Amino acid sequence: MFDQLSDRLQSTLSDVRSRGKLSESDVDAAMREIRLALLEADVNFKVVKTFTKTLKERCLGSGVLNSLDPGQQVVKIVNEELAALMGGTGSELAMAHSGPTVILMAGLQGSGKTTACAKLALHFKKLNKDVGIAACDVYRPAAVEQLVTIGERAGAHVYERGTDADPVDIAEWALQQARTDRRDVLIVDTAGRLHIDQDLMSELSQIRKKTKPHDVLLVVDAMTGQDAVGVAESFAEAAEFDGVVMTKLDGDARGGAALSVKAVTGKPILFASTGEKLEDFDKFHPDRMASRILGMGDVLSLIEKAEAQVDEKQAQDLQEKMRKDQFTLEDFLQQMKSVRKMGPLSGIIGMLPGMGAMKQLKNADIDEGELDRVEAIILSMTPAERAEPGMINGSRRKRIANGSGTRVQNVNQLVKQFDQMRVMMRSMANGKMPDAQQMAQLSGAAPRPKVRRR
Amino acid sequence: MIDLGSRVSANASTEAEPEAERRGVFKRLRESLSKSRQALTEEISASLFDRIDEETWERLEEALILADAGAPTTAAVVERLEHEVDAGEVPADGALVRDRLIEILAEVAATGRAPIDLSGEPAVLMMVGVNGTGKTTTIGKIAWHLSKEMGLSVVLAAGDTYRAAAAEQLAEWARRAGADLVRGEEGADPGAVAFDAISAARARGADVVIVDTAGRLHTQSNLMEELSKVKRVIAKQIPEAPHETLISIDATTGQNGLRQAKVFSEAVDLDGVVLTKLDGTAKGGIALAIAADLGIPVKLIGVGETLEDLRPFDPAEYAAALLAE
Ligand SMILES: Nc1nc2c(ncn2[C@@H]2O[C@H](COP(=O)(O)OP(=O)(O)OP(=O)(O)O)[C@@H](O)[C@H]2O)c(=O)[nH]1
Ligand SMILES: [Mg+2]
Repeated sequence: MFDQLSDRLQSTLSDVRSRGKLSESDVDAAMREIRLALLEADVNFKVVKTFTKTLKERCLGSGVLNSLDPGQQVVKIVNEELAALMGGTGSELAMAHSGPTVILMAGLQGSGKTTACAKLALHFKKLNKDVGIAACDVYRPAAVEQLVTIGERAGAHVYERGTDADPVDIAEWALQQARTDRRDVLIVDTAGRLHIDQDLMSELSQIRKKTKPHDVLLVVDAMTGQDAVGVAESFAEAAEFDGVVMTKLDGDARGGAALSVKAVTGKPILFASTGEKLEDFDKFHPDRMASRILGMGDVLSLIEKAEAQVDEKQAQDLQEKMRKDQFTLEDFLQQMKSVRKMGPLSGIIGMLPGMGAMKQLKNADIDEGELDRVEAIILSMTPAERAEPGMINGSRRKRIANGSGTRVQNVNQLVKQFDQMRVMMRSMANGKMPDAQQMAQLSGAAPRPKVRRR
Repeated sequence: MIDLGSRVSANASTEAEPEAERRGVFKRLRESLSKSRQALTEEISASLFDRIDEETWERLEEALILADAGAPTTAAVVERLEHEVDAGEVPADGALVRDRLIEILAEVAATGRAPIDLSGEPAVLMMVGVNGTGKTTTIGKIAWHLSKEMGLSVVLAAGDTYRAAAAEQLAEWARRAGADLVRGEEGADPGAVAFDAISAARARGADVVIVDTAGRLHTQSNLMEELSKVKRVIAKQIPEAPHETLISIDATTGQNGLRQAKVFSEAVDLDGVVLTKLDGTAKGGIALAIAADLGIPVKLIGVGETLEDLRPFDPAEYAAALLAE
């Protein structure tokens, strides 16, 4: 709903320039839009209040009025202020000078602690560290089994004593073992607990006291709403955490909780967990999170993902082909495959700035089934047909449709779209951006957005 | 609430109980709740409705936003109330305005309400939802209520064949609840597990089958497609099944919960929400937005980690709690 914050600010402030005066009510109107956008992103109400107050002062005092586009100018200020509030880059875990570095993990039920433990273990394994994990969740059924399985998958040794022992004892014992075994790192997994559960919160501070961790990490689900503040404050008190792991960031939650937690506790967000696979774990980038909260896309992450999939040389070859109009269906197939490797398309589109404003793509999922169909169609073509789609006549279409389990219309559509795409690519490769209409044509045609209302 | 009318009358062990007792599995629990409800309403009147002026509406909005009801739903509710007061339909009296607000909130929360359908033979329930929201635990609780309190025989299907130790977790709940478990190998096809569980239930003449599924983000379209497939496979056993498809929504969830409900509903056509973890401080206001926007009602709430911690959803209680400090 508020994806178009920048559009809305632009229209809110559109007549400011013609009037030549930025009134207090203009700024108030802009602040109202920003407030709504932040609330929609789950930033805590109280944090939003303080934030918009600071922002208002800065907007009134700055050169917003004189800028060519006051709307854009305000967005820029918001983004800067948000990024500043999220904290600078470069926060690191504290490491032990000698003996194992102890890292205690804490959080609410279902926030993703156990998975985060294994991911963190893998993170250290990649740095050639010898990692142990202590299994202190004795409450949730089969939590120990889960940790043993995924901990070992990450190449860590899991210290467990079943579910009859006391979690504080297990933690202490595991630390002794880790010392004897000369581990570099010991990660302590704990049971999820409510911040208002006094018994379990004091158990947590006991574990903390006994193991003297170098780092305590709070694991926070990126989908958390307004309650994130209260949770973070309580855990800060009982466990004195040093940093935060944000989980489930591969979803489409705006993640305003990240901002709330940072704002009320001052603790940096250190890691971002972005998937169910153990490799889906990255350093956290505050600046990118600011843009995400505002719905301005996560271009940097996207670029990084793309870079990981496409090598430089290949990219240059492709561009050359596009310009010369030699781009074939085979190239298209390879491209599509590598793009899909980056993850579901709907997620990728969400990372693009401005896509929120495109009606057809907003609130729409790309139909992955449609993409499967396109792949199947191309795979049913001969190499010659892929190179020169112009040769695909009626009988060939029928054969291709049969081979791919689709209908002749589907094949027709694909060939037609491919033609359109070639035109667009040629102009892009020659330095021109496609216009909105071209984009709309393409998105309305090829991977058709699936918008179904209840 | 769980309506077990037809089921129960066919069940010998509870036949002696009076009709009213039998219908309300959760009656006892509800009574204990109504005490806290009184306390809650008192709290609201103290802080929110000292006087009725511009600030009243602002404080009201603040309370609903802090409960995660979301800006659009909050705006709609407060506007409606303000309008009614302005038009003189509701007297500008603190207590009356408060009562009316709770009425409005309860009305919105009750959108699309229907009892849980256990009439199938066997009745098939399927739990879906995002990772860690409480699917497996909720299944344990429901199974316990059905088997221990209703004397129904329950089969659990370990349809989460993906997450490590997911089947062991469900097995433990099955043991605690006195239910049977049907499981497959790790990595097995979840549809096949559900299919086998239903045929086993039919062979044994079991009353209810509850299918667990792996947690998944609604943005993972391949996994959402997998879920639709599980549902189609279930329908091959019994065309009307699953009779109830429930999504678990964690009460701490913010505005993303609306997307979750929408996308899951597109994939498997949800019948209701189980709002979990209401024993914390989160109010679960996103359920209000889900009911208002999508017409999907809350059917059950989770209030803890033990077998007994499941309650029927009471819109009025929920409405009052939304506004409590
Ligand atoms: N406090 C509280 N905790 C709950 C409630 N329901 C579930 N939990 C806890 O939340 C955590 C996750 O619950 P699960 O039942 O494993 O959730 P799930 O949705 O099956 O998780 P996945 O299968 O991993 O996606 C566990 O620690 C549960 O004990 C509840 O109503 N209140
Ligand atoms: Mg589960």
